[in-house]
Amino acid sequence: MTTLIKGRRIVAESAQSPEGEVLTLEPTDDLAAVAERLGRVARVEVNFPKFGDGRGFSIARLLRERYGYKGELRAVGQVGRDHLYYLESCGFDAFLLRDGEDAAAALASFNDFSEAYQASVAQPLPLFRRR
Amino acid sequence: MYLYDEIDQRIVDERVQQFRDQTRRFLAGKLSEDDFRALRLRNGLYIQRYAPMLRIAIPYGLLSTRQLRKLADISRKYDRAYGHFSTRQNLQLNWPRLEQVPEILAELASVQMHAIQTSGNCIRNITTDHFAGVAHDEIVDSFVWCEIIRQWSTFNPEFSYLPRKFKIAVNGSIADRAAVAVHDIGLHALKNPNGEIGFKVLVGGGLGRTPMIGHVMREFLPWQHLLTYLDAILRVYNRYGRRDNLNKARIKILVKERGPDKFREEIEAEWAHLKDGPATLIAEETERVEKRFTRPQYEKSEKLGSDPNRDKSGSDPDFSTDPDFSTPAFAAWRKRNVHPHKVPGYAAVTLSLKKTGVPTGDVTADQMDAIAGLADRYSFGELRVSHEQNLILADVRLRDLAALWREARALGLATPNIGLLTNIICCPGGDFCSLANAKSIPVAQAIQERFDDLDYLYEIGELDLNISGCMNACGHHHVGHIGILGVDKNGEEWYQIQIGGNQGEIRDGTRASLGKVIGPSFARADVTGVIERLIECYLERRDSEAERFVDVVQRIGVEPFKEHVYDNAHQGTSHRGRERAIA
Repeated sequence: MTTLIKGRRIVAESAQSPEGEVLTLEPTDDLAAVAERLGRVARVEVNFPKFGDGRGFSIARLLRERYGYKGELRAVGQVGRDHLYYLESCGFDAFLLRDGEDAAAALASFNDFSEAYQASVAQPLPLFRRR
Repeated sequence: MYLYDEIDQRIVDERVQQFRDQTRRFLAGKLSEDDFRALRLRNGLYIQRYAPMLRIAIPYGLLSTRQLRKLADISRKYDRAYGHFSTRQNLQLNWPRLEQVPEILAELASVQMHAIQTSGNCIRNITTDHFAGVAHDEIVDSFVWCEIIRQWSTFNPEFSYLPRKFKIAVNGSIADRAAVAVHDIGLHALKNPNGEIGFKVLVGGGLGRTPMIGHVMREFLPWQHLLTYLDAILRVYNRYGRRDNLNKARIKILVKERGPDKFREEIEAEWAHLKDGPATLIAEETERVEKRFTRPQYEKSEKLGSDPNRDKSGSDPDFSTDPDFSTPAFAAWRKRNVHPHKVPGYAAVTLSLKKTGVPTGDVTADQMDAIAGLADRYSFGELRVSHEQNLILADVRLRDLAALWREARALGLATPNIGLLTNIICCPGGDFCSLANAKSIPVAQAIQERFDDLDYLYEIGELDLNISGCMNACGHHHVGHIGILGVDKNGEEWYQIQIGGNQGEIRDGTRASLGKVIGPSFARADVTGVIERLIECYLERRDSEAERFVDVVQRIGVEPFKEHVYDNAHQGTSHRGRERAIA
């Protein structure tokens, strides 16, 4: 059973059906080629084909920071609890957990770290500018 | 030492909690073997041949005595009362129990230590020159820059699941003692004509299965842009580095496939978006980091009676009143293990972990405590781990040298072989490591025993001999003047010999280079004989004592050495019964 987390909450199945187009991106997709569609889509899904495949983290930052995408950005595929903190930092706001993850317990992982050193989508100023 | 502030400490503490929970979930069957592997590896935990192995981070090799004593305690409490200093300037415990690792991490956190990103496909421990901050040829104190990069790389959300491991080295002196050309990224600090600091940036060097020398991406990157430029490199690598084949996943392969010029264009295009953004470094931060480093309170040179214009290596006559100063044994140690210091009246001292009969880099818990005592009494309570797997007391008063020598000798840490053939870099090899094709420790010991005569060693002069038990090259065999690689042939251990490697431009004009294989590999029993043949050839061919082994190889090539080794392969008493494998 996969579970959707949105806004750090578990969301019911019914909330998953979108009004409008869904853009699904694979790790190898060329972002420039889809950039003009970003203003029209209901959400963007970025696929993580393997647990250890981190390309989606860069894709999320680029969508948010370079292409100015403001809508729902959902991580799908092999998305595990231990990715959540990093995914959120990189700009994801929805997470379709893979089969077998304990979603209720997974919510705790958003708080794995209370502070990060780097600039990110979640915190555009690196720690050294806030220290 | 960089001293943690509240935030640094909190991040490390939170990591302990996170890993404790991950381990709990794994042991409860809620996390698969594969997923836990990816998580435990980025916390330095391997499952090895006989037991788990925990690699503890020693950022850029700098360690306080409080930390070293804690490591000694941990090794007694959770392991077999010894540790292994690695070529990544880290410490490895070979016998911890998986379920106790969270406790070990909690103990480490209590002394501002951790095992974060010491393995796994992420940015690893940043390494540097073990004479950083004290080198007589210093351009910048590389520790400050290493710490800035450490923070940038720690739990970097975008770069935590890279195609493969990623190693960054920083060199802050004129001589390259950090081997920057054989790292994924090598940073060589420079000052421009206006005195401003910047970095020469090399990308795509590395050892392992496909050794390569890094390519220069930027001749001078002003320091303010360091992190945004690193972001650009890592982003290009994260997106386009190969993930289909583990053996082609390092950034060096991407640089090679793209070509260095094309790769540079890609980085520059990415950087154009990031340049001058919020991650641009500011002077307040470099000053903040600088101030959080403890600094030795050196005695004024007048008080020490030293003349700064004199030889700084310890030969100042003011300090030769100690009766041991005139003994050959002390003189040998001073020549090899005492190094010049930027502050008059001081020297840096290498405690050799290369005593014959002791596995390279291994230190017992009792030795750790004793070394901590030496560092407290003679070197302001700090020490460094070198990538050559020795320990450095960086700030020793010249007048204390003889006293330190006596104590180090009693502890078996004063072997006067730094820079010489028996100062062997050696991975744990087949005795411990599950990746190894062959044992490496017995090879190192056999060579050390064969070359035990100090006079002969000194006659041979400077020579780096490096041994790896497999092509992953943890023993840096490609950059040894002589490199030995363990290979597997039909289930048997054989050894390939290469010569002419060089870890970096330590002397003017001898750049980093990769060794060339001399020919078919040898059985273990024959390796020391081959080394002897190579040395014979070198001694015959050298112009003078100043011409090192590696210089001769670079001058006359591999061929004369090859001939001398293989033509003499079936002669001589020590080579009876030799079998040679067909490569």
